[in-house]
Amino acid sequence: MLRPPGKVRPMKAVISVIGKDTVGIIAKVSAECARCGVNILDISQTVLQDYFTMIMITDIDGITVPFPDFVDAMTRIGSANNLKILTMHEDIFNTMHKI
Amino acid sequence: MLDKFDILETLNMIREECLDVRTITLGISLYDCQSDDPRRLADNIYDKVMSRAHNLVKVGCDIEKMYGIPIINKRVSVTPAALLCGRLTRDGAVGIAQALDRAAHELGINFIGGYSALVQKGASDGSRVLIESIPEALASTELVCSSVNVASTKAGINMDAVAEMGRVVRRTAELTADRGSIGCAKLVVFANAPEDNPFMAGAFHGLGEPETVINVGVSGPGVVASAIRRAGDCSLAEIAEIIKKTAFKITRVGQLVAREASNRLGVPFGIVDLSLAPTPAIGDSVAHILESMGLEQCGACGTTAALALLNDAVKKGGVMASSQVGGLSGAFIPVSEDAGMIAAARSGALRLEKLEAMTAVCSVGLDMIAIPGDTSAEVISGIIADEIAIGVVNTKTTAVRVIPAIGCKVGDTVNFGGLLGEAPVMPVNTLSPAKFIARGGRIPAPIHSLKN
Repeated sequence: MLRPPGKVRPMKAVISVIGKDTVGIIAKVSAECARCGVNILDISQTVLQDYFTMIMITDIDGITVPFPDFVDAMTRIGSANNLKILTMHEDIFNTMHKI
Repeated sequence: MLDKFDILETLNMIREECLDVRTITLGISLYDCQSDDPRRLADNIYDKVMSRAHNLVKVGCDIEKMYGIPIINKRVSVTPAALLCGRLTRDGAVGIAQALDRAAHELGINFIGGYSALVQKGASDGSRVLIESIPEALASTELVCSSVNVASTKAGINMDAVAEMGRVVRRTAELTADRGSIGCAKLVVFANAPEDNPFMAGAFHGLGEPETVINVGVSGPGVVASAIRRAGDCSLAEIAEIIKKTAFKITRVGQLVAREASNRLGVPFGIVDLSLAPTPAIGDSVAHILESMGLEQCGACGTTAALALLNDAVKKGGVMASSQVGGLSGAFIPVSEDAGMIAAARSGALRLEKLEAMTAVCSVGLDMIAIPGDTSAEVISGIIADEIAIGVVNTKTTAVRVIPAIGCKVGDTVNFGGLLGEAPVMPVNTLSPAKFIARGGRIPAPIHSLKN
């Protein structure tokens, strides 16, 4: 849907999670990824003074739902668990930081 | 591979430093809407705007979701309505404004601009009717924005129009006195008005523009202020470098959004406006950028120099980040829409005269300034004439958007709500320029050599 013609590199999305640390945050986020056909490529995660922060890089080539619906689903998990979850297409990072 | 530091930097800009895309503005030509019958004309305009912009808000929201970047405003600009008013009465012209307002409400957009006239050399019948109708048009609509270009570097200053606009601003304030004279917040008087400006209240779809076009305005004063603060003690040359790099990143996001909107709407991409547009939110202030450079408060001696540096660096950084730039491009200094400006105006650090000097080096002009409600039309015309002269002589855009807050005096505050913010009423020099303004005629275009 989003891929420009002729492009072969997999499309990625970045999911960032910030909030008070509780049991099962990664489980909930990754379960939703699996449900939507989103493959997790890389996770970096730390807990600083009770605050959980995670950046997850995912491959969205095989996504089975429209991307905006996936973003909504992640945002819902965030609000249900008192977390701030942002899901962003990789192009914003590439555009901003690469010439 | 994506770099984690880059990801964190972008996330921080959006979460902590109020980075956003300020507006996606869809320009629509109304040339084919012409009709002898005022009602048919208004219907044609309504139908055209609805048919071309029906998807704008949805596309804007989808892009916002895809990239996680807030897009604050989705707007429409149209052909200057004066071009369609030649055979109308004042009521007919107001009918156009109401049709635009109805369309804007139905589309769910934030503003619609283009209730405008270009009279730098003189007024056609249509322009005359439109200008006369502005107070009533702005009082009877909510989302319509109006602008009048009264001067250009090539044509000089149409002082008859300047005199008329003093009266129009005053009358608009009176007709919307029950709402803090908010009509004047939607009315701009321009010199050298750009034809591809995506920002309100001055946006209109210029005469040489395509049938439809997408223009995007970026923002991000908070990001620039934070970058300067992080740099600590460094020279002004280094500060200019930091601003350039930051403006580049901000503008790249605007370019991405503009391209995506253009693809999804099937509308050509026009320009990215390289702007630092503040909001009243904490951490989103242009005044605070100037203060982060080392001024005790915005308005202190040195403010104009700091703003000149900022404005130039924003353009230099932004111009490389976008394939096509235009609009107003530069730092905005609207008083009511900037927490730092509001504080400086309230404390007396920032006065109208200093703001006027600042407009000589920044992108727009005297913007969103509340003045006492008893300010005469002649004094308002005098303010307009001074500001317009700065633009005409310096070959740049300048504009005046002042709000004579009816019933208010110096020290009172007018609250417009939302992005329009709140404005402390600022003192104005009340000596009368009435005789000068009443002379009318045109101030000739300036000479283009012997520049000093």
